[in-house]
Amino acid sequence: MTRPAIIVDGIGKQYKIGARERATRNLREAIADAVTAPIRRFRALREKASADELFWALKDVSFEVQRGEVLGIIGRNGAGKSTLLNILSRITEPTTGRAIVRGAVGSLLEVGTGFHPELTGRENVYLNGAILGMKRAEINRKFDEIVSFAEVERFLDTPVKRYSSGMYVRLAFAVAAHLDPEILLVDEVLAVGDVAFREKCMGKMEDVAKRGRTVLLVSHQMAALDALCSRCILLNEGTLVMVGEPSAVIAHYLEADARSGSEVDLAGHPGRARGMTPVACRFRIADNTGRPLKNIPLGSEARFEVDIVPNRQVRRLGVAIQVHNSIGRRIVTYHTKYQCPDALSADGPSTVTCSVPSCIIVPGSYSLVLSIYSGHEEIDRVEHFASFEVAPRDLYGTGKVPTSRDGIYVPEATWRIDPSPVTPGMRKTAMGERK
Amino acid sequence: MSELLSPEPNRLRSSATSGILGAASPGGATETVIAAKRGWQAVDFRELWRYRELFFFLIWRDIKVRYKQTVLGIAWAIVQPVMQMVIFSVIFGMFIFGRMRNNPLGATPYPLWVFAGLLPWGLFSQAVSQAGLSTITEAPLLKKVYFPRLIAPISRTGTAAVDFLLGFLVYAAMMVFYRHAPGLELLLLPALLLLTIMAALGVSFILAAVAVAYRDVRALVPFILQLWMFATPVVYPASVVPERYHWILSINPMAGIVAAYRWALVGEPMDWMSLGIGSLVAASIFVFGLYYFRRAERRFADVA
Repeated sequence: MTRPAIIVDGIGKQYKIGARERATRNLREAIADAVTAPIRRFRALREKASADELFWALKDVSFEVQRGEVLGIIGRNGAGKSTLLNILSRITEPTTGRAIVRGAVGSLLEVGTGFHPELTGRENVYLNGAILGMKRAEINRKFDEIVSFAEVERFLDTPVKRYSSGMYVRLAFAVAAHLDPEILLVDEVLAVGDVAFREKCMGKMEDVAKRGRTVLLVSHQMAALDALCSRCILLNEGTLVMVGEPSAVIAHYLEADARSGSEVDLAGHPGRARGMTPVACRFRIADNTGRPLKNIPLGSEARFEVDIVPNRQVRRLGVAIQVHNSIGRRIVTYHTKYQCPDALSADGPSTVTCSVPSCIIVPGSYSLVLSIYSGHEEIDRVEHFASFEVAPRDLYGTGKVPTSRDGIYVPEATWRIDPSPVTPGMRKTAMGERK
Repeated sequence: MSELLSPEPNRLRSSATSGILGAASPGGATETVIAAKRGWQAVDFRELWRYRELFFFLIWRDIKVRYKQTVLGIAWAIVQPVMQMVIFSVIFGMFIFGRMRNNPLGATPYPLWVFAGLLPWGLFSQAVSQAGLSTITEAPLLKKVYFPRLIAPISRTGTAAVDFLLGFLVYAAMMVFYRHAPGLELLLLPALLLLTIMAALGVSFILAAVAVAYRDVRALVPFILQLWMFATPVVYPASVVPERYHWILSINPMAGIVAAYRWALVGEPMDWMSLGIGSLVAASIFVFGLYYFRRAERRFADVA
């Protein structure tokens, strides 16, 4: 019992970037390659293999999981979480290191793996169950439970291609949730269906955990991880950063995320307007000392910084930053043509900074639209690429802060009251009303 | 992300490598060691046996899916070979052999004769075209679930074997119709069936392993099969092939196998030599294919 269920010892996985292109080349090229291979090998020996071509999805990761433990795996996209589960489920091999897994492994890396659209719900339950490693007798035994969990009783004999997407994922999850191996590897599948179904999934996972199964769980839902896990590990860019109590690891991760979250990569951003070639490549919000910010405290100084890489020399560079509120209405435009009297120019990669001495738009959530101009010509435009919060702050010292119902900005204003000379007419009116 | 990438074999640690061992630990639970493997791998037949249910489910799925939303349903499995037999009977049986002064088929009715050859050839070509591409068609599965990768081509071959058995029912009906009783040779048919499956698996393993990285295989397979069919006396008798080309027939395992089916079903004289060489070639391809597939399979999930 004291022996760990999983021992991961120095696991690493290396990929060659762009190698897939080479791998799927056609036979003719392969033959041509084979002919020229000696020349290339000779060159490769003389030059050193470029390190950029190699990519470690996981690097020297070691940890142990005790029997009956629920281990959460946290990390940003691309941190290596899925690669780790792929290796432990034996779908792909590690490049270095080794792992020892004691017990039958069931892995749940995707909801509905092997579902066939033409088959009925009933048929897919059997097929999917078998693919996930269930025995036929086991599926027979659990069939009714699976179907009632998925709430698809009426559609059992309908091909799943006619299912709504909700029904489809419910059925797929239901089959998977009834998998009962000694070790369960789960990759981000709790986030399916509507809220009620998600609660049900969580309940099911809790059951599994309580029954003393060893579970490895990848999720972006911190609340779920906190509730289910006995321990968490944090991965960052393929390396193991932290192991510990879920709450501590989650706090560490969220803090790191907030710090890095304020920088947005614009180079391949989907918000780029059609037909625009990327000029703006990065955007960040910072405070007056240049420290990245995710939220701007009301009334404080903020900087919007844009890294640009113009593909030609730009003599009369213009930059516009529009701020839109949560209902899509433009609130403010910062534009070089208004606020920057001197013409800007860029010969190469540059950073344009727009400093706002006091951010006084009402607290709330905002998104940004960025335009880059060369003279009057718009050369790049990225829409709604970043959102930020203006955090409420007791700017006036009254303990009260305007909200979006009061207007769009938090103006500077002072109030006072003075005694005024009374004219006979005024007094008369006032007296009359009092009667 | 992994779709864009493919693994760089580790050059530093070429020593290591126990591979995946399924050894029972004292507690009774299986202990699996996961590490980088290199070179040729043993075939874990015990594990294959443990996954036999998945094998049957995949066959069941292929057959079910094929006839979903069709009017004739499973009857297509019978209609297809019958149509093929009719077409060949009209073209070769009536127009060519029927008009020859000394018909090389003798008294055997051409439909019966051609069907006896189409049965094994149909099994072989269907198995190779499906199983040979199984690593492409099952790629979504290979990338998300672990199972012995050999299951993919083997189950596709199993599907072809089911069609063979349905076709054989048609053949039995035809034997009754032509009042043609087979001899005791018929008892060797199961052995011939296994031999055909072995030949098909060997070729499929190689194609499936290559197809993961080189999709050219997908375009190449129909072409290979067509060429192979004409290099095999399926629709014509071997006797029409000039003597100096007979060596091609003897190294082609399907030539010997098809001839053996005709021996078992329509009582043609048996060329044991040709079957022996054919079996040897088929067995060699099978063993090589099996280990070649095992050697290549570790990269499947990364490049598929």
